[in-house]
Amino acid sequence: MTEPMLPVGYRVIDRTVETHDSATIQLEPIDRSLDRFRPGQFAMMYAYGVGEVPISISGIGDDGTLTHTIRSVGAVSRALHDARPGTVIGVRGPFGTTWAPEGAAGNDLVVVAGGVGLAPLRPVVLSALAARSAYSRVVVIAGARTPDEFLFRAELDAWTARDDLDVELTVDQPAAGWDGTVGFVTEPLARLRLDPERTVAFLCGPEPMMRFSARVLLRAQMPSDRIHVSLERSMKCGIALCGHCQLGPLLVCRDGPVVTYTVAEPLLTVPEL
Amino acid sequence: MTSAGLFDGLTATEREALLRASHEEFYEDGDRLFEEGGHAGYCWLIRNGRVALDTTVPGRGHVVIQTLGAGDLLGWSWLIPPYRWHFGARAVGTVEATVFDAAQLKVLADQDPRLGYLLTQQLLAVVLDRLQSTRARLLDLYSHD
Amino acid sequence: MGHATIDTDELGTLVQVLIADGYQVIGPTMTGSAIELAELTDAGQLPAGWGVETGPGHYRLHRREDDAMFAHSAGPQSWKTFLHPPRRKLWSSDTDGSFQGADEETPRYALLGVRGCDLAAIGKLRDVLGGGTYPDSSFQARHQALFIVAVNCTEPGEVCFCASMGTGPAAGPGADLTLTEMSDHFLVEAGTDAGRELLARIDHRDATTDETGAARSALEMAAHRMGRAMPEVDLRALLAGSRESSHWEDVAERCLTCGNCTMVCPTCFCTTTEDVTDLTGDHAERWQHWSSCFELDFSHVHGGSVRSSGESRYRQWLTHKLSTWYDQFGGSGCVGCGRCIAWCPVGIDLTEEISRLAESAHD
Repeated sequence: MTEPMLPVGYRVIDRTVETHDSATIQLEPIDRSLDRFRPGQFAMMYAYGVGEVPISISGIGDDGTLTHTIRSVGAVSRALHDARPGTVIGVRGPFGTTWAPEGAAGNDLVVVAGGVGLAPLRPVVLSALAARSAYSRVVVIAGARTPDEFLFRAELDAWTARDDLDVELTVDQPAAGWDGTVGFVTEPLARLRLDPERTVAFLCGPEPMMRFSARVLLRAQMPSDRIHVSLERSMKCGIALCGHCQLGPLLVCRDGPVVTYTVAEPLLTVPEL
Repeated sequence: MTSAGLFDGLTATEREALLRASHEEFYEDGDRLFEEGGHAGYCWLIRNGRVALDTTVPGRGHVVIQTLGAGDLLGWSWLIPPYRWHFGARAVGTVEATVFDAAQLKVLADQDPRLGYLLTQQLLAVVLDRLQSTRARLLDLYSHD
Repeated sequence: MGHATIDTDELGTLVQVLIADGYQVIGPTMTGSAIELAELTDAGQLPAGWGVETGPGHYRLHRREDDAMFAHSAGPQSWKTFLHPPRRKLWSSDTDGSFQGADEETPRYALLGVRGCDLAAIGKLRDVLGGGTYPDSSFQARHQALFIVAVNCTEPGEVCFCASMGTGPAAGPGADLTLTEMSDHFLVEAGTDAGRELLARIDHRDATTDETGAARSALEMAAHRMGRAMPEVDLRALLAGSRESSHWEDVAERCLTCGNCTMVCPTCFCTTTEDVTDLTGDHAERWQHWSSCFELDFSHVHGGSVRSSGESRYRQWLTHKLSTWYDQFGGSGCVGCGRCIAWCPVGIDLTEEISRLAESAHD
């Protein structure tokens, strides 16, 4: 067995600027590959000499590469965000639970993303599109602060153009030229006609955004175990040894990041838990 | 808010009365449904399409504050004095809507306080949803500054 | 195999045999004003004749009337120092993208004088660090190489409550040898083949029924001499239901959030990492060191710390120890050693806080 605390060297082979503070990097293994990541799982990514942070995968990676979308919010994420092709990144993983979109086969899929929360959900949409006939309706609601702050904008436009996908982009703050939806993600979500017992929802974004969205779904009579959310907490090891990612009874790195709202609801409403 | 929601708890007679106070309307892209400051004499149940609520800001023209979509109820200034629109409304793309005459709604409500109470509750639910969404946007959750 | 008896002096032979077998013998010894755990080369280094007086925020050595070596309750350290070291290199790397594990040589420790509470604590560390999908390989190697000489505790202290936690005063299973210290001899019980083999190499005889009876009654008396008891409530449920109790504010008014309780706790396992580079920037290393949930940075996510208030951090510590540990690792995280009470600079006593929480839960 390999040592799970020891990073494996990957090299950045492609970098795409997404927004003013976010970029997607694609990495290929230098010598040894990690096991295949599943949608929702994360890697511990080490920027040389700076540090290590957990980052969810934002691509499918069936060619052995890893795709991560990184928002520059701290020293380590800035270094990862800035990594140009050729840069060596230390990667550990795959860690954590998966969205397991295949478990929702036969249902309507509702994907609700806020801000960079779209990154961990992109593999859900990609895998749903790859097995499109396995699902009934597939809905993607993505919210951003402004029209310039959507990740994967060209891909979102391509998804919007498809007739087998219902995509609604919504912004908090419109800008000149934006003729789309203006409002919080809960508004288009509330307009959906859901079949609550035949729908599975995947939510990712800031915690209040997930709570507010989940409430809309619960009000539409969706059972809370059909609602999945992805949690974020401080992580140092990623493998349930360091204790940092505790959220009440959960070790988010091991029991999450993806959990049902049945599990998350009582934990997300307690301040400073 | 869906039309089903609007008619929740109403008897068949009450529904018919409401429908008699309404007509179907069709708007082209860019049509203005009402203007800020204008007399609020109607409310709309959007059947299809998108409506943008806006206001004017010098140098920025019409600034969209929120958009409404299929199933949403548009307009509640008709219920509360001074019965003036606080924002303007514009069709984004083609819009189909059921338009209710506010004067007739008020007469119905005055005649039948039970119906008036139910309608007020439905409107309050719409106001509450919209207030909460607006508060969520005020949190500016996607910013990290 | 029943109990054996060895003379007090024969403990010296035991230490020498362990050293001859290549073990580093770790045991209690006097260092200044406390009894600490350190490498022993001679049984004479044991703190014969010294006892301790403990209380909330209180720990003092005192001279005993006898020459007992293990009649002192828990000191500031626990065995985790040796199994889960305070600071450890994880790996080093050069800019070519290769990462070299620390490749540490696994120390072979013989732990001498492990009380029931601390033996249970080692078991809890094993469940946390060695029992999951991704075990800590350094801990596992150290744990597997252990030789454990436990002692049944006949001298519980003022802050002890192991009897109410079910971990003592008799040492539970898991030790190679278990000693009971009597006035002029030790009663010995071997718990493993390794223990039996070792016992065979030191001078011993079969224990008489009087000797085993005396040891048993000393332990029974000890169980009734605990300075404290954890209230008999469902701790897991009490704390799970007390997340929003106002009592946390009350504790926070006293708690300095210094983290002493987590450092002295024999089961607190949390760590953080530190990334360093040399001046040229061509060589990087990652180190792991103990961390505490009382640190403000512990729960840092971009934007700030999840647990910024003192009350939320104390709640996290106590709730984890007594309640969510069950959810995460299948048992309690507390063994009743009382160190957190003795080494709290303001004398916060978790058994007392539990009583208060239980009272407020009934209100």
